[in-house]
Amino acid sequence: MLGIARQKMLEQSSKKIRPAVSMLRNYSSAAKEMTVRTALNSALDEEMSADSKVFLMGEEVGEYQGAYKITKGLLDKYGPERVLDTPITEAGFTGIAVGAAYYGLKPVVEFMTFNFSMQAIDHIINSAAKSNYMSAGQISVPIVFRGPNGAAAGVGAQHSQCYAAWYATCPGLKVLTPYNSEDARGLLKAAIRDPDPVVFLENELLYGESFPISDEVLDSSFCLPIGKAKIERKGKHVTIAAYSKMVGYSLKAAEILEKDGIDAEVINLRSIRPLDRSTINDSVRKTNRLVTVEEAFPQHGVGAEICACVVEESFAYLDAPVERIAGADVPMPYAANLERMAVPQVEDIVRAAKRACYRSVP
Amino acid sequence: MPTLLSAWFNSHQPNLHPPSFYSLSLFRSSHPPPSPNPTLAMALSRFASSSRSGSLLKPLSSAISLRRPISTDTTPITLETSVPFTAHQCEAPSRTVQTSANELLTFFRDMALMRRMEIAADSLYKAKLIRGFCHLYDGQEAVAVGMEAALTKKDCIITAYRDHCTFMARGGTLLEVFAELMGRQAGCSRGKGGSMHFYKKDSNFYGGHGIVGAQVPLGCGLAFAQKYSKDEAVTFALYGDGAANQGQLFEALNISALWDLPAILVCENNHYGMGTAEWRAAKSPAYYKRGDYSPGLKVDGMDVLAVKQACTFAKEHALKNGPIILEMDTYRYHGHSMSDPGSTYRTRDEITGVRQERDPIERIRKLILSHDLATEKELKDIEKEVRKEVDDAIAQAKENPVPESSELFTNVYAKGLGVESFGADRKEVRATLP
Repeated sequence: MLGIARQKMLEQSSKKIRPAVSMLRNYSSAAKEMTVRTALNSALDEEMSADSKVFLMGEEVGEYQGAYKITKGLLDKYGPERVLDTPITEAGFTGIAVGAAYYGLKPVVEFMTFNFSMQAIDHIINSAAKSNYMSAGQISVPIVFRGPNGAAAGVGAQHSQCYAAWYATCPGLKVLTPYNSEDARGLLKAAIRDPDPVVFLENELLYGESFPISDEVLDSSFCLPIGKAKIERKGKHVTIAAYSKMVGYSLKAAEILEKDGIDAEVINLRSIRPLDRSTINDSVRKTNRLVTVEEAFPQHGVGAEICACVVEESFAYLDAPVERIAGADVPMPYAANLERMAVPQVEDIVRAAKRACYRSVP
Repeated sequence: MPTLLSAWFNSHQPNLHPPSFYSLSLFRSSHPPPSPNPTLAMALSRFASSSRSGSLLKPLSSAISLRRPISTDTTPITLETSVPFTAHQCEAPSRTVQTSANELLTFFRDMALMRRMEIAADSLYKAKLIRGFCHLYDGQEAVAVGMEAALTKKDCIITAYRDHCTFMARGGTLLEVFAELMGRQAGCSRGKGGSMHFYKKDSNFYGGHGIVGAQVPLGCGLAFAQKYSKDEAVTFALYGDGAANQGQLFEALNISALWDLPAILVCENNHYGMGTAEWRAAKSPAYYKRGDYSPGLKVDGMDVLAVKQACTFAKEHALKNGPIILEMDTYRYHGHSMSDPGSTYRTRDEITGVRQERDPIERIRKLILSHDLATEKELKDIEKEVRKEVDDAIAQAKENPVPESSELFTNVYAKGLGVESFGADRKEVRATLP
């Protein structure tokens, strides 16, 4: 039975599958755009092609083509030995993936959402993150844990948490949060090539969004540095630091603020651990005002860390208290109106930026 | 013994009347040899060289001064394990094992070394030179030694926190052990791991894990990687009767069985998970059967030859058919760790009983003596040598320096990217990770 289903899929997919790059060449006359989904798929494809030690593991990554279609086509291309469908047993398969990384392979583990990573968190922290240190460098763990993180739409409390702050606490891990397609490609490739355990936090609602990308990004050797934030929009009155989906919201907020004469600088953090403290501080020293934005729970979050670091390094430069925009301090509700109140909206960011600027409105 | 004697009879001109020699051997095995007797010395030297192609006729004077070396004889000796194996979903291997004088003496030495090492660690802990956790393996030596004898260094071993002897079996040195326990630079993890985090990657020993049960999925992952890399090797993932109830073990076994991974799950059943007896923790303490669809074997873990036989069998099985469980029936003399006297949940009689009836080192000693492979004095000499080795290593480790302060910040990452890290007071202590 399974054999037939697989055959059918092969027939179907042989008609549909084209590598991401050639698909784009069809549009070479227009500005190149790519969805985040395609960016991730192409990054996985290229890294698997370049290094036979890279393999994928997770629920539905193979025959289902990926729960969110991120791994579409990869089973057909690389075979069941390199694209492995697992049972619904996060603790078990994550442990197996980390063990494979101990031996020198390069697993890319997909969590269907990072909420399920809590079932495997012991392996991420104790088996992966700390091993290089405890073994004084004998056992390095070149593994990537990736999947959607944070709020989606209407999925309720158990499926909406953002884990950036939790994982970023732990020395030995690297935590990346791509926003657009360039980030998705460059950071995933960097993560797979990196010899340390990387937690790669995607966002389900961004998967379908299309972003313009340059030829450089399309090149198979394209890679972004880990630990470097990007100034998405230069400004001089207030710094807005955000990651993942909130970068998009912050850019929209910046457009609105411009109309009121406030020129916001938007930083796309890209990397939560290592956190690019110098880019953040340089920006704050220029603008003297800071708003941090995250979708996650507010207490002990990424914004809190950024605020502390700015107060420590650039206190004299602050002209206003640091403002923090975050998800509401409640489990995620289901009702649409309540859910809207539980995550930051563009107007929240605008309001906070204006508050931060109260002493100087040009 | 009869086999060896008849070989002797057949291949040599009898210079002595067989009956008297026979009685001489019996006498020798249970009492120390009498003061130098030329006839005896000659007989002994003849006996020693009987399996090698040494000359038969040695002048008497040299025979007296010849000190018979410990046998490096590799002539096969056939023995039986203490008890037959009990099998689940597979056919048990034979209880007839092949060994040799050389192997038995190596087993004796290795186990004696491990025993002495663990007892010395006990003293060091009480002297506060070892801090934190210290989980001792004395009583269980046969598992580490027998397993290693069945494997090559291409095979992987991973275990939990009772790892000192497993590390030694994989080729670790005493200095690395004691220095690590005392938190010194010469330690196998340069002092940064401690008792529970010994590793030796070049011998495919992957630790050394503090979270109960975590090492089992990790071990199945090693097996996955070996299969992926087509290495024709296997992984032995060790765990205790306490860890045997962990969910992740069954998750990993399920995947290993589905994907035919060359993983051998070895339950070192010392009958107590910390202070909880197996019958209080497991509805079914027949751990070798808990694999359900996966075959299993129950082994006398105090019999190093049985352990070796079972591991050889398991390796062959796993390479062809996927995972198999080995349950080693073993015992630890110490408590769970140094903070556990080990007597609140079991009787002292039980402990001394096992020591008298089943001690792995004593078993080998009896085998060696009853087969005339060495004298009691020679075995005692080995134990003295081993004791001295341990004492020397401890002395060396005590002299070894603690890690440099800069080591606080090394190995956080394999590739630190020039990122900053902080000490307790980040305005005081910062470092750039290489």
